[in-house]
Amino acid sequence: MGLRAMRYVARKVVLFLITLWAAITLNFILPRLMPGSPVDAALAKLASSGQPITNAERRAVEIQLGVPHTSVITQYWDYWTSIVHLNFGTSYSFPSETVAQTIGKAAPWTLALVGVTTIFAFIIGTLLGVYAGWRRGKAADTSVTLGATFFAAFPPFWLGLLLLYVFAFTYGWFPIKGGYNPGETPNLSLSFLTSAVYHSVIPALTLAITSLSGWVFGMRNNMINTLGEDYVTFAEANGLRTRTVALLYAARNALLPNVTAFGLSLGAVVGGSVLVEGVFSYPGLGNLLYIAVVNHDFPLMQALFLVITVAMLVAIFIVDLLYVRLDPRVRQ
Amino acid sequence: MSIVSPVPPPEVPGAGVEIRVGPAGPIPGPLRFLGRALRTLWSNRKASIGLVILGLVILVAVFAPLLAPHSPTATTFVPYQNPSATNWFGTTGNGQDVFSQMVYGARISLLVGIAAGAMATLVAVTVGLIAGYRPGVIDELLSFMTNLVLVIPGLPLMFILAAYLQKRSVWTIVFVVAFTSWATGARVIRSQASTLRTREFVTSAVFSGEGLFRVVFREILPNMTSLVAGSFFSAATAAVMAEASLEFLGLGDPNTVSWGTILYYAQQQNSLLTGQWVLVFAPGLAIALLAVSFTLINFGVDALSNPRLREK
Repeated sequence: MGLRAMRYVARKVVLFLITLWAAITLNFILPRLMPGSPVDAALAKLASSGQPITNAERRAVEIQLGVPHTSVITQYWDYWTSIVHLNFGTSYSFPSETVAQTIGKAAPWTLALVGVTTIFAFIIGTLLGVYAGWRRGKAADTSVTLGATFFAAFPPFWLGLLLLYVFAFTYGWFPIKGGYNPGETPNLSLSFLTSAVYHSVIPALTLAITSLSGWVFGMRNNMINTLGEDYVTFAEANGLRTRTVALLYAARNALLPNVTAFGLSLGAVVGGSVLVEGVFSYPGLGNLLYIAVVNHDFPLMQALFLVITVAMLVAIFIVDLLYVRLDPRVRQ
Repeated sequence: MSIVSPVPPPEVPGAGVEIRVGPAGPIPGPLRFLGRALRTLWSNRKASIGLVILGLVILVAVFAPLLAPHSPTATTFVPYQNPSATNWFGTTGNGQDVFSQMVYGARISLLVGIAAGAMATLVAVTVGLIAGYRPGVIDELLSFMTNLVLVIPGLPLMFILAAYLQKRSVWTIVFVVAFTSWATGARVIRSQASTLRTREFVTSAVFSGEGLFRVVFREILPNMTSLVAGSFFSAATAAVMAEASLEFLGLGDPNTVSWGTILYYAQQQNSLLTGQWVLVFAPGLAIALLAVSFTLINFGVDALSNPRLREK
């Protein structure tokens, strides 16, 4: 690794840490800026769930959402301490376990669903984008672009509802809700895994269709810009085969900006997955956030937002580091 | 050697159209500018489809009282009815006419899309211009803020903000959407402003003694009209989709009639289970069409700023 690459990595690490700090601090500031008192609302809700409120629970809620009688600096310190100890208090949607446990159980589902969907959408979308860019102005380009425009405009939860109606209600080919057969408990047996994959087909299809277009457009525009470069014209003039020029000369270089978009688009998929998981009652983080928002479950909501944001930042950071391998200009 | 008969110059879209300033009074500058922009957009096929769809939605929104056969809020019908001659799209569980709700819903969706798009663009232009024109600490700070908003997942942030804000109205949604979707535009405008800053015409404007405000808004800004328009249309697209999501979650004002609240009530009343799929299908399709129209117009705007994306 050269000096330049090291400087690049160091810069990215510093930037990552500052962003992480800012995002976590934003999560601290937001509920305190809001009109009304989220703490009172949260405690009232907690009381109405029938559970007696212990002092520890009251304190946990106050640390997260703000207390009027201590200084902001003390609150901020307490907030960081609770985050380091993963102490997010008790949610009133799931009073029998801690928020950290609830999130821990849901995380693998979303990771699998969003991860697999994003990789598929990236590959298919990028290939379509290369194709559309290469055939720019032709009928193939127009149909790919228009198709992608329409799919991108579908609210993901709406497409989910429609697919649910057709494939689950009407034809009964796929299950209506959940992430696995109701009788089973999560384990690594073959029967459980098959039921999990079976349940994930429509949610995954929904997310893939609605997130495809970002890749198509990004890649198409990069391709068109790259195709105007002299080295592509030169390669064509050399009589290289069309496919070689398209894939090895143009697409390879057009791909680079799209990789940077990978991290950002992950956020869009995670966002879309909130309502999609909600629609399918899929046992992941998105569905939890859906439940939390609908029930005004502030402790769960705040912890989830934190987890989702941190996960996003880490993903973007990893992509930034991968860039060292992908772009030789950084490495020199 | 014979002289080749003169070839007419290639048609430049919009260039041949005369702008008539009749005796009835000169057309005000901004309007003339808007007319020219519309004509240029119209010459792009995709953008013209978008303009037609948008025009239709605007017409429906403006003439809603004439088009809707019933009141959108009156609960005078038999609930849970399938489409019929009186209720073209059926009725809701509360006995309201869905078709009339769809017609009136166009108003809210348009309002949120345009208002949130405009607000987000205003923030984007301000932040982007200042950051681009003032390199150094101010730029670093504003760029960091922009990047922060860019990497924080927008939809979850919107949900959280809307859930904390306990007073709900359409304007809550406008504010929340604008707050979360200005960053992309700001980044593009910043990079354009920072390249324009070093151009001769800006330098000469500074040397001729023009103030900061005038240089930024009268010299630099007019050179990125297409970027500003682009950021407006993408923010408006995001706003229309986000409004639907927020209202579907029940984070909107449940008393307004909009495409999002129709979806919300349809989900609450299990319309799919009872076979009333129109209640889900119609509002979603309307939202998708409005979002598509903004995106298609944006294709035309993109082509204005990047000649390589222009249609032949």
